[in-house]
Amino acid sequence: MAYLEGNNLVASYGVVPILHECSVEVEKGELAVIVGPNGAGKSTVMRVLLGMLDATSGSVKFDGKDISMLSTQERINHGMAFVPQTKNVFPSMTVEENLQMGGFIRKDDISKTIDEVYELFPILHEKRKQLAEQLSGGQRQQVAFGRAMMTRPSVMLLDEPTAGVSPIVMDEIFSNILDVRNAGMAVLMVEQNAQQALNIADKGYVLVSGRNEHTGTGKELINNPEVRKKFLGG
Amino acid sequence: MTSESIDIINAFALLTNFVILPALSYGSQLALGALAVTLVYSILRFSNFAQGDSMAFGTMLVILISSYMISRGWTITGVPTALLAIPMALIGMSIYLLTMDRLVYRHYRRIKAKSIVGISASIGVMFVTGGIVRFILGASAQRFGDGERFIFSVREFKAYTGLEQGIALKTSQFLTVTIALLLVSFLFYFLQKTKTGKAMRAYSDNKELALLSGIDPDKVVQITWLLVALFTTIAGTLYGLDKGFAPQQYHLLLLPIFASVIVGGIGSPIGAIAGAFLVAFSEIFLTYAYKKFLIYLLPLSMHPTSLVQLIGTEYKYAISFVILVIVLLIKPTGLFKGKVIVDE
Repeated sequence: MAYLEGNNLVASYGVVPILHECSVEVEKGELAVIVGPNGAGKSTVMRVLLGMLDATSGSVKFDGKDISMLSTQERINHGMAFVPQTKNVFPSMTVEENLQMGGFIRKDDISKTIDEVYELFPILHEKRKQLAEQLSGGQRQQVAFGRAMMTRPSVMLLDEPTAGVSPIVMDEIFSNILDVRNAGMAVLMVEQNAQQALNIADKGYVLVSGRNEHTGTGKELINNPEVRKKFLGG
Repeated sequence: MTSESIDIINAFALLTNFVILPALSYGSQLALGALAVTLVYSILRFSNFAQGDSMAFGTMLVILISSYMISRGWTITGVPTALLAIPMALIGMSIYLLTMDRLVYRHYRRIKAKSIVGISASIGVMFVTGGIVRFILGASAQRFGDGERFIFSVREFKAYTGLEQGIALKTSQFLTVTIALLLVSFLFYFLQKTKTGKAMRAYSDNKELALLSGIDPDKVVQITWLLVALFTTIAGTLYGLDKGFAPQQYHLLLLPIFASVIVGGIGSPIGAIAGAFLVAFSEIFLTYAYKKFLIYLLPLSMHPTSLVQLIGTEYKYAISFVILVIVLLIKPTGLFKGKVIVDE
């Protein structure tokens, strides 16, 4: 049994079905990547895993327990963290306040974790008194990532962390993600930049129309001719 | 001193007494009401049309409690008993607002209704609240201020300075400005420095991310209503001490309050305060009769024969409207950048 797993998830937005028996899982110290065309339901998988959208059937298991019935808040309390693709910072609050809000549920001293985030992203320390809305796209992404780190989660869900950033910043973000994975966290990520993401992934899922089309290690998927042709541009 | 310079001093004493002091206290009262509207707008995402009538409700509680206190002799010489009644009234007001939230607004929050639905619901709450106030206290105007009426009166001022024109500082004006300053400082401290205040700002900034950070939306909403109860009760009481209590008057306060909020930039606390003073000063500056003021300043040959009043006082609510229209046409986000709610 994996650390976090979604089994045979079925979900819809109103009457529009999105997921049809889709399954994903990720272990501690592992980076799993979900790729696939637009509208395949990649982000929806994350929303269901987090309890932001109820699945009509299927289950979500975390650390051996069925958490399908828990609210988003409770799942966050249990150690899940999420970085949404857009609107992932508090724009009119300072960098430091963003991090403080990330650690809102913690009763202990959060200043050490804030320092750890600053160590990971030195630029945030420099800009800690600035409003998040005044930062560049890449820096804002770092704030978003840092905010999610504040609960010291054991599993991190990232929805297209490199959307809209330059290639240099993308490499930086991927290297941050690998750092986090190497520290023992389970990381599940949805990515548009499929080639680069699968390159660093331990495990990959290709989702099409809400179904698992291909599953394998990052290498296997990159070398799979069908995946190459359809999703990686040849 | 020459007689001309004394004339100038007299002219400005006149202006201070009839324009500046009244506008400062009226502006402070509007500011407190406007902050309550801004809080509801930022957190609950609708414009609260019940604000004016809620202020009447809070004032009604103060009137009821203070008249009981007076009948029991629980008063302090010189201090308006209404002030002593505020803490008790606050409890009642908080219960009322939380009950309204539970009965009306919570449902629309749960079904994620659009902002316009919240507005419509608040119009319903406005009528119910106004009805309760008229049912209990009647629709007629009344005064409830007791204690010392003046910090210093016109006569005392004249005797002290020897000027022809005097300035009076009413107790209600002094209390209004002082209490408003204290409350506003408290609000800004609360929002900027405390964990709960920051959570409210976070919730207002990005509701979904606040949820993902473990901020409890129900708690944020409850604290918002408690703050609204505080500002509403005190704004209503100070306005009533200054100008007397009349349900219809309070109902109509909605207009200058909304004008303040929109002029300042809806959702911006600083904007609400700036907007309130802008509206208050415009209202009083434009409706003041400048005849006497000009007689002091102009040579005899130029003395005005008319009242030199730009707009009759009966049109004072139109001023709020005109300011509102101008701002919406020229700078719809207000003087300070407010937020515009887009329904998702």
